Amino acid sequence: MPKIKLAENTVQQIKEVCAEFGNKEGELINVLHKVQNKLGYLPAEVQEVIARELKTSVAKVYGVVTFYSFFTMIPKGEFPISICMGTACYVRGAEQVLSEFKRQLKVEVGESTDDGKFSLNCLRCVGACGLAPVVMVGEKVFGRVAPTQVVNIIKEYREGCASENAKSA
Amino acid sequence: MDTVQLTIDNKPLVVKKGATILEAAKSIGVHIPTLCHMKLDDMNIENKPGGCRVCVVEVEGRRNLAPACCTEVAEGMVVHSHSIRAINARRTVVELILSDHPADCLICAKSGNCELQDMAHHLGIREIHYKGEQSTYREDTSPAIIRDVDKCIMCRRCEMMCNEVQTVGVLSAINRGFNSVVSPAFEMNLDHSVCTYCGQCVAVCPTGALTEVNQTNNVVRALSDPAKTVIVQTAPAVRAALGEEFGMEPGTLVTGKLVSALRSLGFDKVFDTDFAADLTIMEEGTELLNRLTKFLEGDKDVQLPILTSCCPAWVKFFEHQFPQLKDIPSTARSPQQMFGSIAKTYFAEKMGIKREDLVVVSIMPCVAKKYECGRDEFKVDGNPDVDYALTTRELASLIKLANINFSRLSNEDFDQPLGESTGAGVIFGTTGGVIEAAVRTAYELYTKKPLPKIDFNELRGMEGIRQATIDFDGFPINIGIAHGLGNARELLKRIEEGESNFHAIEIMSCPGGCIGGGGQPYHHGNVDILKKRQMAIYQEDGNKKIRKSHENPYIIQLYEEFLGKPMSEKAHQLLHTEYFDRT
Repeated sequence: MPKIKLAENTVQQIKEVCAEFGNKEGELINVLHKVQNKLGYLPAEVQEVIARELKTSVAKVYGVVTFYSFFTMIPKGEFPISICMGTACYVRGAEQVLSEFKRQLKVEVGESTDDGKFSLNCLRCVGACGLAPVVMVGEKVFGRVAPTQVVNIIKEYREGCASENAKSA
Repeated sequence: MDTVQLTIDNKPLVVKKGATILEAAKSIGVHIPTLCHMKLDDMNIENKPGGCRVCVVEVEGRRNLAPACCTEVAEGMVVHSHSIRAINARRTVVELILSDHPADCLICAKSGNCELQDMAHHLGIREIHYKGEQSTYREDTSPAIIRDVDKCIMCRRCEMMCNEVQTVGVLSAINRGFNSVVSPAFEMNLDHSVCTYCGQCVAVCPTGALTEVNQTNNVVRALSDPAKTVIVQTAPAVRAALGEEFGMEPGTLVTGKLVSALRSLGFDKVFDTDFAADLTIMEEGTELLNRLTKFLEGDKDVQLPILTSCCPAWVKFFEHQFPQLKDIPSTARSPQQMFGSIAKTYFAEKMGIKREDLVVVSIMPCVAKKYECGRDEFKVDGNPDVDYALTTRELASLIKLANINFSRLSNEDFDQPLGESTGAGVIFGTTGGVIEAAVRTAYELYTKKPLPKIDFNELRGMEGIRQATIDFDGFPINIGIAHGLGNARELLKRIEEGESNFHAIEIMSCPGGCIGGGGQPYHHGNVDILKKRQMAIYQEDGNKKIRKSHENPYIIQLYEEFLGKPMSEKAHQLLHTEYFDRT
């Protein structure tokens, strides 16, 4: 794993979150949650700082990060793509849509493209089953997506003409 | 009410409230099989995640089966430990574990000592009804320990030892469901982590997932090389445990047979690490007295307490976790390394052997010793002072390989000059022993009077942290003892917070000291084995004619002929070391 050096103010931010939760080991999940909200992801160096602040082992922190699918160690792309794998979407062909995204972007689920533009993830039911299969890019919902439309969705964002509100936080 | 009445397998019994079904069954001789559960009685060490479900039993009136290891007894409970339902469930559980376990028992390092293998045998499993995915992981080889986690059954004993007992915190369960496994953070290799190589994970692993790096072949090769002179040293705790590998009762002393076996294996000289332990006492004891004298003269900068430094896992522990305290431990090298250093200088010169033609092998109860002998500061131009460190278990396998009938061997004596030792050297093998040996010598050197009694029972025992005050002829010396790195951490914290009034502290990484080392015959959770080994060590001490290190005639000769006096410049160069901040 390549080491990245955290900026001083990032370290400060993490320490502040830990302090907010009283530097208690029992608050680990809450700390991770909040830090991921601030930084977008939880790389090894961030976990090391958290372990130090909460006086626990980095192996324990990593254990929790890898246990919950919510936590990620990979930075999300500028445009995070989520494919719904809920029952309705699944039976209406979400799997084929997903494999088309993987083929076009040359990434696996949970990964980001090298240029950092896209990341690919699966989720369970966004409550729009009537539109199955559903794909979300950032906050924007695409319904009744066919594998043939995938190339256009990607093109739309890659060329930068997509609405700004699709950008991830 | 403090007791509970219940029935197990139609036998009525009364047990203490709060006991588990497993404990209750054990009290009437009913053996319920367990796999993940492990308890070292009286040592406050217990692993009961209730994860494997091998110990499930049927409890009347309860819908599901109950895991015996973590279900408390209740008044009037009726338990059936071997109903057909319980047996079927137990076999299903083990078959499922086996369905995701490499079937290479014939060539597995743990074969014959594997608790999973024993369980399959115990339950009479002849077929695995389940076929599914097999988890595969990369093998991780470090200087001392091999992790082959394809064989991990997630009992989490290693995790408990690493976190709760040792507080090292290298191992943790990671990932989820089928993909979960015990691993260092970020799946890094052990040698990139803060692992101390104490080997307690190896000592408790029920399968072949964690084993020591096997160096028996290197030793066989050295022994068969006519150009090499191969000498061996054997640590004190080995003689109190090796017999177990050959079916002898725990606590059987096999010193004479051990020497005889090593000679049969073809070692040119059979020496004793106990000799180097006596040497350690000369250096460490003198260092303690020097610091005490300065302290009494009012020197404010003197570092007290002095901490022992014989245990390589402990050394690596403080280098990672307490680098700010790295000036407190004694600078004396461990007995293994003192021996290697003296063997490749004094002994090699005496025998007219070139350093590179001399191979030093050590037999250790420890896996961290493999790491220690590879440390750069213990090499001269790349040639290590100690070439190979074998565990007690590896020696047993070498003896078997050489068709030696161990139990029929006669008793033989160590070679000289590096084989003579005192009772003080022997007790290095147990918790409390190093400091007792140091006290025996320091007392006489300080007071210039003979000891009124040699046995210091106040320093002995199995409690994790012990303290005692020894009267040095009017000057009270406060001694601390910790075994298990979690206990060591406790003492270090007290020192940091200025709450300690200790003058000297002994620290051993493994529970029980070296008798419970990671390289010893597997105890499989039976703490009585450790206690019997400890008794054997004190018995050996009691049998010795000379019981104080400074009275060892060969030690006196070594100083006269070669080193000068303790803490001399030559002694510093050959017998002392420095520590590094590894954060």
